Amino acid sequence: MEVSDLKTVFQTHDGVIHAVNGISFSLDEGELLAVVGESGSGKSVAMMSLMQLLPMPPARIASGRVMFQNQDLVKLSSSGIRHVRGARIGFVFQDPMTSLNPVFTVGYQIMEPLREHMGLNRKQARQRAIELLEIVGIPAASKRIDDYPHQFSGGMRQRVVIAIALACDPKVLIADEPTTALDVTVQAQILELVRDLRQKLGMAIIWITHDLGVAAGIADRVIVMYGGLVVEHAPVQELFANPQHPYTRALLDSLPGRHTADERLRSIGGQPPLLLAEPSSCPFAPRCTHAFDRCRQQNPRLMNVEGRHEVACWWDPETRGPRDVG
Amino acid sequence: MSVELAEHPINQPASPAPLVRVEDLLMHFPVYKGILRRQIGAVKAVDGLTFDIRKGETLGLVGESGCGKSTTGRALLRLYRATGGRILFEGKDIAALDGEPLRRMRPRMQMIFQDPQASLNPRMTVGSIIAEPLIEHGVYKGEARKAKVRELLDAVGLNPDYVNRYPHEFSGGQRQRIGIARALALDPDFIVCDEPIAALDVSIQAQVVNLLKDLQKKLGLTYLFISHDLSMVKHIADRVAVMYLGKMVELADVATLFAVPKHPYTKALLSAVPVPDPQVEATRKRIILKGDIPDPANPPVGCKFCTRCPEAIERCFVEEPVWREVDPGRHVACHRV
Repeated sequence: MEVSDLKTVFQTHDGVIHAVNGISFSLDEGELLAVVGESGSGKSVAMMSLMQLLPMPPARIASGRVMFQNQDLVKLSSSGIRHVRGARIGFVFQDPMTSLNPVFTVGYQIMEPLREHMGLNRKQARQRAIELLEIVGIPAASKRIDDYPHQFSGGMRQRVVIAIALACDPKVLIADEPTTALDVTVQAQILELVRDLRQKLGMAIIWITHDLGVAAGIADRVIVMYGGLVVEHAPVQELFANPQHPYTRALLDSLPGRHTADERLRSIGGQPPLLLAEPSSCPFAPRCTHAFDRCRQQNPRLMNVEGRHEVACWWDPETRGPRDVG
Repeated sequence: MSVELAEHPINQPASPAPLVRVEDLLMHFPVYKGILRRQIGAVKAVDGLTFDIRKGETLGLVGESGCGKSTTGRALLRLYRATGGRILFEGKDIAALDGEPLRRMRPRMQMIFQDPQASLNPRMTVGSIIAEPLIEHGVYKGEARKAKVRELLDAVGLNPDYVNRYPHEFSGGQRQRIGIARALALDPDFIVCDEPIAALDVSIQAQVVNLLKDLQKKLGLTYLFISHDLSMVKHIADRVAVMYLGKMVELADVATLFAVPKHPYTKALLSAVPVPDPQVEATRKRIILKGDIPDPANPPVGCKFCTRCPEAIERCFVEEPVWREVDPGRHVACHRV
């Protein structure tokens, strides 16, 4: 999958909100790409735009291309995108209770995409649904298939949602904060399941999270978003060992695990930007401790640092001065 | 009347004298069923807790959702009437208090809530929100009250000129500061912080935690810090108690608990916390628990953790382990320790 210059705006009563301001990234086959950022950074909106999952209007994809298997998903009609959604790209949302329909059995909900996209008959679909429930680790799957969502616990429900997303053997799975609503021991179960499923099924995953610990544990590459822009992008080891963008560095510094108890936590002053206009300067500049004149005049593009490590910043943490970009 | 925040002289290391002593606290909620609404059982949200909170310390209370940690916090503040047990606040049993004597105790213990959006009345100005406890308890009148409100805003790092604004004009982190200012209004000794940072973004969490630490130092406050975020508890707490299904399973000082957890549940909980370091994450050994927390209305016989415990033996399924002090200052409830 190759995303280039994607822009999403929301038309509201108070004006246009520029939620995603031209992001580009690629997703390789079989890799896990984590997208991190705080609330309002545009990470969920960006990923939902890929699949036209936002209500339009008020949302509008202003520009950009999303190339997936030689098709531009942005240009597809609503019936065209339905053949991609659920079939070749699966989705897992944050809250498993709201993404499952309470009045249908989980079996019905798993069988629905199987019959719709794979053309299986009722009996085949049921067989496959039981298999899927077993794959995601639900005990006594052949009995539980006729249960309703409320009969499952939070962790089990999220497993059901994952089973639905996996139903048609998708090439790509997009997971939006799938473990945020779960307790840590249950989160650990789901993370273990995803590690296991990747080995077995080999699909590519986009994993949206605000938890840098989760990203460190599961990702191959990480994208850091701020103010609707990608500010840094690197392989996971590289990002945590050698963070370049002041925002990434501040975010890592604000975590308690990286300090001893006596030290104060370092926090980021100020507030995230309001996104009422397209950024003409660096969106982080007002909160950045290293900002200088150029940051307030010109928005930096993503620049290559080394290997696959890219950063959008005029400041260089090595020289602690302006970056040498000509 | 002085309008200064009372500066308590406690800045020495936490003295061993307990501010709050809890003895065998029970908090059961009845379950009714049928048209006659007959009681058919009880959810034992808190089922026999015994612990101390020392003056000037931060006691972290951790556990997963439904383990009874918030209920414990609320019962300590007498927001619930405890089903059984004693809550000694400076030696005085407040579990049995009622009416006016209880009301007179209230200013000394306050609470900071999880969701600053839900705990602030959207139709009241920030000034009147913070002044409400002052009016309710009849301290600080007229100009002195106004001055006190401004001073409280200043103490939590908000501009005192914001008194006439409404909660919706503030960001999440600022709203939590308003909640903290309200909790501080009556110069309390003891504050229950119920997941005060759970609803905030990472970078804002750090601001609020720093503020809580500063205020503790300055005012000699004692905190019960309820949280499911173990890395933040490790940072802020002096001692940590771990709860599971209405019971405490382990209590120790923070360094010991994180270095050598003794209870199998504590071990699993610590190993489940993601570490923001890919190298550590790639090599660490994880204990993945099976299953989910059992229904608190119908808990397992014997040790409450026996259904998920990787170290359970036969005895765990029949006999409930006793809460005992295994080393000085360290309590565990487990047959295997």
